[in-house]
Amino acid sequence: MELPDEPTADIALTLNGEAIRARVPLRQNLVDWLRHGAGLTGSHVGCEHGVCGACHVQVDGVVVRGCLMLAVQADGAAVETIEGATSSGRIRALQDAFFNRAALQCGFCTPGMLLQAAELLERNPDPSRAEIREALSGNYCRCTGYHAIVDAVQAAAASLRA
Amino acid sequence: MPDTALPPDGWIGRPMPRAATRRLIEGRGRYTDDNAAKGELHAAFLRSPFPHAAFGITGRDAARALPGVRAVLTAEDLAPFCRSWRTESRAFPGLVSPEQGPLARERAVYQGEPVALVLAASRAIAEDALELVEVEWDELPAVTDPAKALDAASPSTHQGLTSNLAWRTEFGGGDVEAAFASAALVVEERFTFTRHTGVPLESRSVLATYDPAAEALEVRMSHQIPHQMQVHLADLLDLPMGRVRVIAGDVGGGFGIKMHVYPDEVAICAASRLTGRPVRYVCDRIEALMADIHAREHVMQARMAVDAEGRILAFDADDIQGLGAYSIYPRSSTVEAMSVLRTVGAPYHFGAYRARLRCALQNKVPTGQYRSVGHPIGCATTERLMDLAAAARGEDPLEFRRRNFLPEAMMPWTNPAGGRMAELSHTATLAEFERLLDLPGLRAEIAAMRARGRCVGLGFSAVVEYTASGPGAYGPAHVPVAAMDTVVVTLEPTGDVVARASVAEIGQGIQQGIVQVVADAVGVPPSHVTIHTGDTASAPHGGGAWASRGAGVGGEAAWGAGRKLRAEILKTAAALLQSAPEALDLRGGQVVDANGTPRMALADLASTVFFRGHELPGGVQPQFTATHQFRREEDVFLTTNGLQASLVEVDPDTGIVTPLRHWVVGDCGRLLNPLLVEEQVRGGVVQGIGEALLEACRYDPGNGQFLTGTLADYLLPMADNACDITVGHVETPYSGSALGAKGAGEAGTCGAPAAVLNAVNDALASRGARVSELPITPTVILRALGTLEASE
Ligand code: FES
Ligand code: FES
Repeated sequence: MELPDEPTADIALTLNGEAIRARVPLRQNLVDWLRHGAGLTGSHVGCEHGVCGACHVQVDGVVVRGCLMLAVQADGAAVETIEGATSSGRIRALQDAFFNRAALQCGFCTPGMLLQAAELLERNPDPSRAEIREALSGNYCRCTGYHAIVDAVQAAAASLRA
Repeated sequence: MPDTALPPDGWIGRPMPRAATRRLIEGRGRYTDDNAAKGELHAAFLRSPFPHAAFGITGRDAARALPGVRAVLTAEDLAPFCRSWRTESRAFPGLVSPEQGPLARERAVYQGEPVALVLAASRAIAEDALELVEVEWDELPAVTDPAKALDAASPSTHQGLTSNLAWRTEFGGGDVEAAFASAALVVEERFTFTRHTGVPLESRSVLATYDPAAEALEVRMSHQIPHQMQVHLADLLDLPMGRVRVIAGDVGGGFGIKMHVYPDEVAICAASRLTGRPVRYVCDRIEALMADIHAREHVMQARMAVDAEGRILAFDADDIQGLGAYSIYPRSSTVEAMSVLRTVGAPYHFGAYRARLRCALQNKVPTGQYRSVGHPIGCATTERLMDLAAAARGEDPLEFRRRNFLPEAMMPWTNPAGGRMAELSHTATLAEFERLLDLPGLRAEIAAMRARGRCVGLGFSAVVEYTASGPGAYGPAHVPVAAMDTVVVTLEPTGDVVARASVAEIGQGIQQGIVQVVADAVGVPPSHVTIHTGDTASAPHGGGAWASRGAGVGGEAAWGAGRKLRAEILKTAAALLQSAPEALDLRGGQVVDANGTPRMALADLASTVFFRGHELPGGVQPQFTATHQFRREEDVFLTTNGLQASLVEVDPDTGIVTPLRHWVVGDCGRLLNPLLVEEQVRGGVVQGIGEALLEACRYDPGNGQFLTGTLADYLLPMADNACDITVGHVETPYSGSALGAKGAGEAGTCGAPAAVLNAVNDALASRGARVSELPITPTVILRALGTLEASE
């Protein structure tokens, strides 16, 4: 088997707070590179066509779909994944609330859901159930039916306000 | 007689989150595709773009020449490494389901059927190579509609077959003709149920590693039943069972989708054997929607006879199932249809039943067991007829149900459908349901909404589910399915307990339930119990995750193993303490005497045995690993019951139905963990709401092309179109087991479509419209209201 001749590009970015350089295939999307290039498997792939939200990561402070962005587009950006958000402690209240409320079952949607919920709570520290449902409507969960997730986000919001 | 000494202040029954979800909230899950193997190849499948076609692979050189490509494989290449298979079941004698292999040979019979396989250095290169494989396709007429498939004039799903009838049967009991002739009221409806599928968010994935030196296969896969896969991979690849290890790590949802033997997954294992290299494959979403099993395509004509007092006399159900191109391997698709027909009328008393079934082959992906197999269709059929009858009698729908529920005093009772009804709690459940709903208040609320012009409706459904299948389900059919489970518990030198179980964790939380059972059975806190599931090398054979069996079957095995270990611990402690085992107890990790006074910490006892064995009295050989294998001898199924209510709003202009609220009261026997049971119920209800309103696998009626290959076309419930769900419980422990747990994980899905269907019809009633088709899309609503022509 001949070696493949994938066109690549060199990128430099801040990944979970650390400055790194990498050579990435031009056509590889961000979430695939994070998972298989950078070894950060906490971001998931549920559809690869921009609907399910399992691939959510934060790029320059905004939650984006990692399957709709190429890895080369992250050149110069600050990228934070669930691993980074966990170690910084910035989503701890949400993580505790999700755990205690059993707001996850298989957990496949959870990293993306947590990042999206964190973005909501930054914007709106006291969201109503309807506002939570609206904010999370781009994150599919096939297991929980969402009720417990809404409860958990409310509980986290309350604990952060206290 | 089961040892039923549940501790009064134990862990069973406590609401506790599943401990392992700590990892998942931090992104530390290990799903199949999070693993890599050194030297692995990535696979991509060439799948049939046509529902029915003859084909020849005429050129592979260009694909092979692409840098990074290792192999381009066809059915002929894999044949020396893998047998073909055919779905057979003695439960369905004469079932027509042709031979299948890991890749199609000469003819593809459903769109998405794998026909060739590329192995390459990356998935992207493998997909590039697929485009270079030269195939000559000769499209053949496709069979899609199940009813038309049975017309004599229909083309054949498989060339060489003269009919698309895969199987037919007729069963029942009592005098149906006499019942309908004497009835004061007959209600009848024709229902159409469109195919849908499970869509676990993690799609099917497999990483197969064949070691030619050891002649051993290790397969990591996202599957509900690793031991079943071990059996079939050993058989199909002709390996000793002990040389096949199947590991399902974290599994991103299953819902029945991941309990079958899929050609693509078998092909990956055969390809690893052929190349001697690890091969990795992840189904992408389009492949998953097209080639995962579908479920629940039925055309149901059903009627119910009622006497002048409003008592049900009989049901008559005639069902056509769209089965797909093959009956799914190994359990067969027909099981779903039989489950539909066995569920008709299940909550009620009735004297006569006739079920007729025809299963139609079609050029569509096979159907199979999806969450609450068949039940939602039997339930929707029954419950809609109940509402039609109540309306015709001018009676409240709950009152009509109350009169007809199977009385507790009559149980156990085998109904005319052949369903054995035992230990159901319809009366208590209805009382709890009425309390939970506050019906007078709710009715006033609905009246106020209607007065403001809102088109809202309330619908009910009564649920009976057959759960936790025993050996009598697949055993007599000679389908190799383990209805038993094994749990091994080991005391470690630190006093910790490790459990290895053949049940499988797919998100439902059974690991936590088993931990709580082991904790109580042994007498240690759950924090001292670690559980391993999902690895055939870790736990001996057992059933995995299907039919809501984890608590009812796996829980019993865990209890049995834990009690054996506890007895051994107490025997050893008695020898060391010069006491008698009966005078000692084990609580919270402490050996205590009859007064509860601590005599010895379990950790000290364990370290004495493992590290200072010389201190043990002579003749004491503690056995600190205990195994229990449990199979239920009585009751083929454990029946459970419940009630659901749905409040919906219909927008008569757009036809959009919005669920506003949902209520469930269920009785699943002893609750091992009410927190996790409630979330199973809620998740199941929302899947049922998806089934009722959104989800459909659609095919072009002309050319048979699959139309719903993305999540933008196949609609799932989202946070903003699902609703809050209130859950209540009645707890009637099953009397035939130690724990008394029955199945809980599927009841939500069973009853939700029926409740939503009835709620929509309640909303539409004032406008003289009615619907009997699922999903109830805006088009269905607008047609019912006459806004759209039937043909539009
Ligand atoms: S994987 Fe990116 S949205 Fe689904
Ligand atoms: S917990 Fe399984 S998809 Fe959300």
